[in-house]
Amino acid sequence: MIKRELFFWITISCGIVILAFILLPLIEMLTAPSFSMLKETLNDKDVMRSIWLSIHTAGLAALISFVFGTPLAYLLARTNFTGKKLVESIIDLPIVIPHPVVGIAILSVAGKNHWIGQLFAELGVRIMGSVTGIVTVLTFVGLPFYINAVKNGFESISPRLENVSRSLGASMFSTFFRITFPLAWRSMLIGIIMCSARAISEFGAVVIVAYHPMIAPVMIYERFEAYGLKYSQPVAVWLVSICLVLFLVLRILTLRNQKET
Amino acid sequence: MIRVEDVNIHLGEFTLRDINLAIDENEFFVLMGPTGAGKTVLLEAIAGLIPCKGGTIYIRDKNVTKMPPEKRGVSIVYQDYALFPHLTVRENIEYGLHFRKIDRGEARKRFNRMVEILDLGHLLTRLPINLSGGENQRVALARALMVNPRVLLLDEPLSALDPGFREEIRNRLKSLHKNSDVTFLMVTHDFADALSLADRAAVMNNGIIEQTGSMSDIFQRPNSTFVADFVGMKNVFAVEFHETKARINNLEIELGRKPENSHGYIAIRPEDIVLSRESLSSSMRNSFGGAVKRVIDQGLYYEIEIELKGSNFKSLITKRSLFELGISEGTEIIFSFKSTAIHYF
Repeated sequence: MIKRELFFWITISCGIVILAFILLPLIEMLTAPSFSMLKETLNDKDVMRSIWLSIHTAGLAALISFVFGTPLAYLLARTNFTGKKLVESIIDLPIVIPHPVVGIAILSVAGKNHWIGQLFAELGVRIMGSVTGIVTVLTFVGLPFYINAVKNGFESISPRLENVSRSLGASMFSTFFRITFPLAWRSMLIGIIMCSARAISEFGAVVIVAYHPMIAPVMIYERFEAYGLKYSQPVAVWLVSICLVLFLVLRILTLRNQKET
Repeated sequence: MIRVEDVNIHLGEFTLRDINLAIDENEFFVLMGPTGAGKTVLLEAIAGLIPCKGGTIYIRDKNVTKMPPEKRGVSIVYQDYALFPHLTVRENIEYGLHFRKIDRGEARKRFNRMVEILDLGHLLTRLPINLSGGENQRVALARALMVNPRVLLLDEPLSALDPGFREEIRNRLKSLHKNSDVTFLMVTHDFADALSLADRAAVMNNGIIEQTGSMSDIFQRPNSTFVADFVGMKNVFAVEFHETKARINNLEIELGRKPENSHGYIAIRPEDIVLSRESLSSSMRNSFGGAVKRVIDQGLYYEIEIELKGSNFKSLITKRSLFELGISEGTEIIFSFKSTAIHYF
């Protein structure tokens, strides 16, 4: 048997430390609440409403990212233009900005003192303390994850396939929907998963723009502040469990189709 | 058929300059040149996939310079086949029919003909990932010809294939061209492909066309040192012309005719230089003695480099000749060539 070198054992050790670092707090949190507490939380309409609100606002953020982000991702993948690096950096900005700052930034545009906020108010669109506000924030933080995933997907498709399609008589639209989209949909699904995952975990920006209606992370925070760790854990367990199931289903779908093609 | 007039294209730091080309109806035309010469760029410009900065492209006397690719009636086949990986062979071949108004019966007839000519019947339900290189290229050809294009652009269609498949696809290309009224424009690195398939050719280098002409013109009468070197004329010398002679250093070479210029170049193919150990009594008007400087093994042939008065001449001989003549480095040898084997420009 070949003797393992020291380097191998260092990599293994680092891996074990990292896995333990991630899993221990999660396992502890997931196993802490008793079954009766979990059942009680499941029957708590406020908790379920907040979890559902988290899921559906994250889903809406992903949908908006899909509709507006897909053409931009395609543009970035297929063209070179002056200022492209700048555009890419701007798209990545929401990843690096501290979350409360995102909330403050959105409020400064959507507030009463800004013409855009005034325009929204006149149109009857409320950002502060509304589902619209939550979706706006979640889209803001989730968009970069969607765009980057889909851009990578488009880049992995040879432009020659599109060239051939065009030369065979297909317009740019037909080429996109018949060739590019079927080949890129998996990366779009991955982008949607990434974007939703990021959106569902958002707290810092949402708490500034819309404390109410309460999304799950805000509710967990509120329970923690008002009643302590013991009462916030069951909500967290349900949020994590439901999200895990959703993402697992999406992931399995993606992998299954990957094998088929 | 295809006329390219003063076309200029800028792609980042690469530029295609003042390209002029005229290709006849139903001609098999080849574009040759080293990597990075701009051959594929020119092909894609004709297909409408790359915009021209200046100049005009005509197809059947129609200005197509600003026309989108799907309206040009030009199909393109790439070296890497570019088959749609999510579609079966049948779906790939029929792809173009979605966008053309072709009668169903006519489409079926054309499909059956393509499948028969290219022997694709047993592959129709397969995905491209399950095909060999040759099969992939046959499908790509069928797909391109299915839409009955006016021009078929072929971007090194044979270079990714194994030698067996290469020969097969080359023969099929020849047959497809012969049995259709489509104009073929092919990019290739390979002289065997070019000589076997093409009527005429152009040699490109560094974004310009160096020479256009028949295959024999290009191979026998290159008009620049680049083309001479590119087509394997390894003996290219800058010379002064005096009457019917060309002078290199102190060496006088008989041309048999009088050039118009006083300066220029001569080029001789290495296979036209005959080696012998003794002076030959022959009709060859140029015969010199020199010392073998290098012997280079080129697989099937040996390249013999002979030095004479500061000039190096190269000849190609077989392994058998090498042993029969007893040639090695330093051997004194006679090398001879006909005046008619000398091309000057």
